Amino acid sequence: MHTESESTMNTQTAYKPIISLENVSIRYRVPREKVVSIKEFAIRWLQRRLEYIDFWALNGVGFEVHRAEAFGIVGRNGAGKSTLLKVVARVLYPTIGRILVCGKVAPLLELGAGFHPELSGRENIFLYGTLLGYTHQEMDRCFDEIVAFAELSNFIDAPLRTYSTGMVARLGFSVATAHFADVLLVDEVLSVGDTAFQRKCIDRIEAFRQKGTTVLFVSHSMKKIKSLCQRAVWLSEGVIKAIGPAEAVADQYLAASNQPPVG
Amino acid sequence: MNRSNIYDSAACSSPILDEFSALIDYRDLVLQLIARSVKTRYKRSFLGVAWTMVNPLLTLLVLTIVFASIFRFPMKNYALFVLSGLLIWNFFAQSTSAAMNDLIWSGGLLSRIYMPKSAFTFAAIGTGLVNLILALIPYMLISLILGNPIQAAVLFLPIPILFTAMFALGIGLAVSAVAIYFPDVMPMYDVLLTAWMYLTPAIYPIDQVAENIQVILRLNPMYYYVEAFRTILYEGKVPSIEILLIGFLVGIVSLIFGWVVFNRRARDYAYRI
Repeated sequence: MHTESESTMNTQTAYKPIISLENVSIRYRVPREKVVSIKEFAIRWLQRRLEYIDFWALNGVGFEVHRAEAFGIVGRNGAGKSTLLKVVARVLYPTIGRILVCGKVAPLLELGAGFHPELSGRENIFLYGTLLGYTHQEMDRCFDEIVAFAELSNFIDAPLRTYSTGMVARLGFSVATAHFADVLLVDEVLSVGDTAFQRKCIDRIEAFRQKGTTVLFVSHSMKKIKSLCQRAVWLSEGVIKAIGPAEAVADQYLAASNQPPVG
Repeated sequence: MNRSNIYDSAACSSPILDEFSALIDYRDLVLQLIARSVKTRYKRSFLGVAWTMVNPLLTLLVLTIVFASIFRFPMKNYALFVLSGLLIWNFFAQSTSAAMNDLIWSGGLLSRIYMPKSAFTFAAIGTGLVNLILALIPYMLISLILGNPIQAAVLFLPIPILFTAMFALGIGLAVSAVAIYFPDVMPMYDVLLTAWMYLTPAIYPIDQVAENIQVILRLNPMYYYVEAFRTILYEGKVPSIEILLIGFLVGIVSLIFGWVVFNRRARDYAYRI
């Protein structure tokens, strides 16, 4: 299964980028006044009084990311970093523009969203795995490996509500990275479990990259961006402020944010 | 991976067709969601899944006692008459309502992970089916005790159940789509269901109402499902071809309608929730 997807990738990726965005824009449309009932909507629609505030979370973003590249995304809160990851993850369909992703995407965002507290760890592995698009059989095959990596063999049949936050996060990471993926989406620092487990996570991501996985990495830590990424993009209010070698982009961003705030 | 690994937003021709293949890829998710709902419903209780059988029956028993002592329709085993009608009605009412609620309350997931959104609707109807089948077991037991044992016609029972499920899927998809834009629809739909139940000859026989009202009641699609289901389960006969045909046609039209309404704007749901 892995070999199959890898071999098809090899033929394509010599020429093509893994991820390419062309003029991608994401528009959130918020009604000026909150209209929640159908009656109200119908009246306003008939009176042509429906007004919207358009909020462009991304505005004309275009770049390409290549195979086995670690690509950083930096910017202030609300700059559109997470929105960008959601576009790559297929969650948000671009309002304008085009996104092309070649390969299987594994989102490591908000790990464990989709876990159910009353179900056991075992049951949750299958639930979360199928939520991420794997078949029951595929989850069965790597089940033992998931449990071992998450270091939860003793608790796997206990309900998830008895797990600590760290245990839940470990299980989430373990399920999300159980299969090889062509693209990993990593939001924020991997604040998963203790330092030892964080080390394991970073090692696993690195191992993926050795096999050709592309990593999109969102972080506020310029130190991490510099050490982990080759290239980076700086987003500000939904537009690209700078793109290029991670070192240079991170320095530019740091220089800009160290200036005294002018309102 | 059995599915294509290339995602090109420009090549996604039509969300109405794309969703169909996505749902097939994610069929195991539907099964997992059904398992989740069935298992977690009574997870902390002592009887566990057995409540799925006991709970609806106790509720139905109360209704039966109430209705049997208020309305005295001239028929034997009125209790079974009501029980069989309410079994199929509750399947429809609960699963469409759950379809809507599951989609809205799972909103967090939709805005985090990609998945075919209709998986929630299918899972809700699937959960309803499991509950219905589990509730049939004690029904058949009670039926036997009350001296109205199940006849060979029961072999036809999957047919009206399937048609009802098609109809419920269509309605479930349509109301879910509306509820994403207007959350007020959720409580409204529950009120509507109560009214709808009394307009469905589920707890009373249709020939007990005036002729001119019967004509109106026959415009209600649920009449055909309740009638077909009850003819088999309660009367032990095979329903007329006319009833089955109408049930099938209404079911398929509802399913197509719901599918189109739901998926036409499915790409926007993550923006809304």
